[in-house]
Amino acid sequence: MNTLSDNIVIIDYKMGNLRSVQKAFEHIGTKAVISNDPEVIQNASKLVLPGVGAFKDAMHNLSSLGLIDLLNDEVIRKKKYFLGICLGMQLIASKSYEFGETKGLGWIDAEIVRFDFSAHEHPLKIPHVGWNSASYVNPSPLFEHIPDNSDFYFVHSYFFQGDKRYVSSTTDYGIDFISSVHKENIFATQFHPEKSQTHGLQIIKNFVDLKSDAVC
Amino acid sequence: MLKHRIIPCVLLKNWQLVKSVQFGSFRTIGHPTTTVRVYNARNVDELIVLDIDASLNDEPINIEVITDMANECFMPLTIGGGIKTIDDVYSVLNAGADKIAVNSKALTSPSFLNEVATIFGAQCVVASIDIKKIDGQYRVYNKKFGVLDMDPVELAQEYAHQGAGEILLTSVDHEGTAQGYDLELLTLFRDKLPIPIIINGGMGTPTHGTDALACGADALAAAYIFHFTQYTPRMIKEELMQHRYPVRLS
Repeated sequence: MNTLSDNIVIIDYKMGNLRSVQKAFEHIGTKAVISNDPEVIQNASKLVLPGVGAFKDAMHNLSSLGLIDLLNDEVIRKKKYFLGICLGMQLIASKSYEFGETKGLGWIDAEIVRFDFSAHEHPLKIPHVGWNSASYVNPSPLFEHIPDNSDFYFVHSYFFQGDKRYVSSTTDYGIDFISSVHKENIFATQFHPEKSQTHGLQIIKNFVDLKSDAVC
Repeated sequence: MLKHRIIPCVLLKNWQLVKSVQFGSFRTIGHPTTTVRVYNARNVDELIVLDIDASLNDEPINIEVITDMANECFMPLTIGGGIKTIDDVYSVLNAGADKIAVNSKALTSPSFLNEVATIFGAQCVVASIDIKKIDGQYRVYNKKFGVLDMDPVELAQEYAHQGAGEILLTSVDHEGTAQGYDLELLTLFRDKLPIPIIINGGMGTPTHGTDALACGADALAAAYIFHFTQYTPRMIKEELMQHRYPVRLS
């Protein structure tokens, strides 16, 4: 249930379409504010980091907006619920190899690497774009009321490779890659819940329904 | 496993959604937001809307209508037509689109695709190529420039090289005929591109869908079948599934 005290902020760091994420929250009856104002972010109960585009630009933008320390403070120290979407999931890794090596937020020990099908007889196409199923690994409250192996919308060329303890689902595209993670208050999906129809909207709702009493 | 997508591809003209036959004789199929709402309810995989007035008559892109449509759309939305500058891309994406389709601008300057991909990522760049068969040869066609002496496969490869994330191939001859996709054309493209191919033009029955996938298409775009036959997106998917092509049914 969404309470008045619940205050969701979608972090605006100039990387892609934030409006569609906001729209998904609105659709389930929850207001979410798009902002990069430190004060607004500090007052939030939950944070959402969406984004499409290049990892390096994203880290650069987060840094120049002064958001890296702030996010560390809010998510790691204050343990606010966090949802990373697509690039927002990749950013919580330790580093990425997209256009050279770039350091990430490092909340989960992981690397962002490119799909490589060069050894395949029939190489799969890159980007991985379209609907693909998420197979559950560890239970996550984000997947409540959603059947195992449901389809979600993906569009990406790089994927998250790292600490297996926090994997909530994997997806098969030539290899089984990590399509969502959950570590304490941190949730992230490689797919786009806001573009994944009913199941995607359920993920948004599950995130809204996370009880934030333990937070702040 | 990655599913094959079924993508309605409709045209925006005079604030209405229309369906054409071989790029002419437009029939109104409905109000944009109502149509999008219906498609959303029918659980299609994605939606492509091409604003034909904007591209043909150099009119500004209809941001208002795009915003209204995007508000109804909880699936990926691709918008094309009249996109010529980075500012255009900004405004279309800000209106709620997820991808942009570029046709005319890429013909005159393919590096525009590269520019867009660098700023917004390859995932939002759909390069659109219209193709006509002239004297037994496939040639690139454009509504503004007419038939061009360009090989469509080479052009698509150049677009992929420039950073397009997907290619939308439309057969002008098959478009709106419901006689099936241009399979010969698809065969020419088979294994030639490192990026997904969305084939467009000609689907009249679900079987046409399986034919196209057998010839190497990654995704199926269509309009006629949804508006002028009783086939639903679900019926097409069930047919594909019977032929063991993975699709999203839920």
